[in-house]
Amino acid sequence: MRDTLSSTISSVTDLLLKRQAAPDVLTEQTGAAFAPVSPVEIEARAVSKTFGATPIFSDVSFRLARGEATALVGANGTGKSTLLRCLMGLIPTSTGSVHLLGQQTDEATGRQMRNMRAQVGLVSQKHNLVPRLSVLSNVLHGLLGKHPGIRHWSHSLAPQSSRETAIQALERVGLADFAHRRADRLSGGQSQRVAIARAIVGAPKILFADEPCASLDPSAGEDVMELFFRLVRDENVTVVFTSHNIEHALKYGDRVLGLAQGRIQLDATAASLSSADLRGLYD
Amino acid sequence: MTDNASPWNERARFELARFERPSAISFLGYALGLVVIFWCLAGVGFSVEKVASAPPRFADFAARAFPPNLDPQVLSRLGWKMVETLQIAFAGAVIGVILSVPVALLAAKGLIAGPWVNQIVRTGLSFIRAVPDIAWALVFVVAVGLGPFAGMLAIVIDTIGFCGRFFADDMEATDKGPAESLTATGARKLDVVACATIPGSLPAFISTSLFALEKAVRSSTILGLVGAGGIGIELKVGFDLFDYPTAMTVILMIAVVVIGIELVSGWARTKIIGEQR
Ligand SMILES: Nc1ncnc2c1ncn2[C@@H]1O[C@H](COP(=O)(O)OP(=O)(O)O)[C@@H](O)[C@H]1O
Ligand SMILES: [Mg+2]
Repeated sequence: MRDTLSSTISSVTDLLLKRQAAPDVLTEQTGAAFAPVSPVEIEARAVSKTFGATPIFSDVSFRLARGEATALVGANGTGKSTLLRCLMGLIPTSTGSVHLLGQQTDEATGRQMRNMRAQVGLVSQKHNLVPRLSVLSNVLHGLLGKHPGIRHWSHSLAPQSSRETAIQALERVGLADFAHRRADRLSGGQSQRVAIARAIVGAPKILFADEPCASLDPSAGEDVMELFFRLVRDENVTVVFTSHNIEHALKYGDRVLGLAQGRIQLDATAASLSSADLRGLYD
Repeated sequence: MTDNASPWNERARFELARFERPSAISFLGYALGLVVIFWCLAGVGFSVEKVASAPPRFADFAARAFPPNLDPQVLSRLGWKMVETLQIAFAGAVIGVILSVPVALLAAKGLIAGPWVNQIVRTGLSFIRAVPDIAWALVFVVAVGLGPFAGMLAIVIDTIGFCGRFFADDMEATDKGPAESLTATGARKLDVVACATIPGSLPAFISTSLFALEKAVRSSTILGLVGAGGIGIELKVGFDLFDYPTAMTVILMIAVVVIGIELVSGWARTKIIGEQR
């Protein structure tokens, strides 16, 4: 226990030193010094979260630019999912503030919050499809942020244009043939691909993914990650994903945030890291 | 510390686990419980003689009631009364179940209404359940007059008290994942409830509704005692006129129908829900 702790701390201090030597992540991303810095789409300012008396994390600050894919890594139970929920405004922060698409989430009205979220998609560890509904209905639900109301409750009621949008999203994940199948008649990998279709159907600016392949076997998980990032990479979508898998974090992330002992202990470009650097965070 | 590790103490620990000595509080509790039971028995005028004399009197009733009245004319009259009973039960249960959904949406925590509304609605539902179905029937007989319509309204209210509460519990217990995924993409609360919470709770709703139907059939058979329609009136008349064979026929018909409904509803429950899990 003590060994792993000290190795964590030493590898984290290594990384912090490295990070100070590296130039600011945002400007480094754009390459040329004169190029305008991409607009910041997600910003956390000194965010902390406690559940009752239990502190989960504190003093979390970062700014994520448009089009950037950020991997949030950390051991089980360090609060990655909780941090994502805070970023989406699904649960309130205890202190600090979150700015999503230029708006402070805890000051937004219900309507502003929904308009903001209509530009957001979420893929969770569990696919979270509604089991008794059709695949197509599940994908249509991804449009509810933009089109509230009964017509997007079910594929039988949906307007033709939305049905076409949803079928196109299913085509992009290779499941258009399954549109009328019941969602609980799919394999795990297929379900997760439908969940991706539901997340991208509204052409979101920001996608959150919480361990999108953790519930799948390795090869299905690999396919899902490949697909997910192939779909978002060309669209200038900002992605925040959590992962258990060090290789995934380095392969798919442009930037890596490491959460350990309730703090962001690591914030660096994926290119500047090796898997050995990250291993310490998982002990 | 060290003697704890000795085999004797190990042994003693296992022995202790078998018989736990009651604490002073629980001992008082048991004693109080016994006192209350005896007090209740005294209150109901429990008498050994009456228990002893009951079998002969019951045998006398049985002798006068058997054979049950199987006169075709009577059977047909009772059969139609039973049909009316089932009409009361089905109509009341279906309307009650439908009305229970919006009520349950207001009663369920963290769904569409705030904690104050949740508490008020849940208290209202407790009140509905606290009033017995036969008392609701009396109230509706006063409100809309004698007859099966009053009985149906009583069943509607009774079903709302039951399903409103259990639908709310069902929805609170449903997987929150789909709802969270939709909320994260900006869906309104009502849309989230309609698309994720209700479809997710559907098997539980069906199971609860079938229980409500069983309960409605059982209730509807006695509503006639207070003039709210159904076969209960025949039971009352049979006893009032000492026409025990007809009363016996009614009792047997009620038993057959209630058991039949329980069987059908149990079969439907496994058929509908078992297949969807
Ligand atoms: N709603 C909640 N109430 C209380 N504690 C919670 C809640 N959600 C998460 N936690 C606790 O917060 C910690 C972090 O959880 P989580 O964010 O799921 O971690 P991770 O996603 O990194 O595995 C865990 O110890 C978990 O038990
Ligand atoms: Mg998690």
